[in-house]
Amino acid sequence: MEYNIYFLKACCAIAAAICMGIGSIAPALGEGHAVSKALEGMARQPEAANDLRTNMIIGCAVTETTGIYALLISFLILFAVNV
Amino acid sequence: MDSISIDGAYIYFRIPIFGGINVTQTMLSLLVVTVLLSVIGCLLGKNLQKRPGKLQVLTEKGVTVLMDLVSSTMGAHNVGWTPYIGTIFLSSLFGSLIGTTGFLRSATADLTVPLTWGVMTSLIIWYQTIKRSGVKGWLKGFAEPISVMLPMNIVSEIAQPVAMAFRHFGNVAGGGVLNSILYTALGLLSTTVIGLLSKTVVVPLILIALSVFLILRGVKKGKLIFKILGGASCTLGLAGLLQYTGLLKDIPIFQYGIPAVLSVYFDLFSGFVQAFVFSLLSMVYISGACPPPETNKTK
Repeated sequence: MEYNIYFLKACCAIAAAICMGIGSIAPALGEGHAVSKALEGMARQPEAANDLRTNMIIGCAVTETTGIYALLISFLILFAVNV
Repeated sequence: MDSISIDGAYIYFRIPIFGGINVTQTMLSLLVVTVLLSVIGCLLGKNLQKRPGKLQVLTEKGVTVLMDLVSSTMGAHNVGWTPYIGTIFLSSLFGSLIGTTGFLRSATADLTVPLTWGVMTSLIIWYQTIKRSGVKGWLKGFAEPISVMLPMNIVSEIAQPVAMAFRHFGNVAGGGVLNSILYTALGLLSTTVIGLLSKTVVVPLILIALSVFLILRGVKKGKLIFKILGGASCTLGLAGLLQYTGLLKDIPIFQYGIPAVLSVYFDLFSGFVQAFVFSLLSMVYISGACPPPETNKTK
């Protein structure tokens, strides 16, 4: 079967979009959960706000990792596939 | 239409030993960062006095903050790891920030650099474990709860530096790629807008007249928003006029300033947070391998 180069490029673009779209659901949910809990804690104990904020940012950065993996894979699909 | 090209670090030349060692942009950036940090450290540490000046107070404050962070995360018996953690933090931070100078590539946008740091941390953990419980104890630790967990433990041991490295690399490199995509898109947008404006001479003239009106009104009422709108409309009108007369072709009007907003998040904020996360994870992993001494009589 003969493949058209534009067909392959379009396949890559769609694959990257699907990868990024599905891959960003879970980190977004996780980060939202973390931030909501941190905000609850800050509202209950405003004196612990600074500590909570620092830990929240670190937790968000660690949670973001899976999203970053999806981003890397979609970049690979977009730019590293030379057809 | 220009296309987007994403390249790795540029290879300057090859050293023809051990099958060829490539000297890349990353090495140059890391060398600059290392020399810079060493020189700054030597200058700050030189001629310390009993009655400190302003600079010495600031330096001591920074070192104290770092030592407090290490001792609160790793326990007071592990304060000796402060130089290692501080080195990783500062190298990572400056390695990310050196990309914003414009003529050097971000050192951490290359997978080898964070991976090296991650492997270094892993080696330290292994060395500490072996020093504490011997080679047998270290190997026994892989079959910890039950011997069925052996493959899982080995995989998690390998995955630990790799995950740390990929997190750091992905953030910095992904930010760079997104920036270049946005830059190309804005270039296309400005070409299209100027092309539409410069079809006739009337539209740019109307825009310039509008801008004069807006700026005059802004000056009279003292409102900033009219001045900004007037400035934007004046820029568009002038660009269209220049394009129409053929003096200057394709002025990249949208490429000034707008990518900087994204760069502030991805280069400054993300670089700082990733450096912090990397050193914090190193601290947590190393402190797991260095538990507090059991014969503690100073209490």
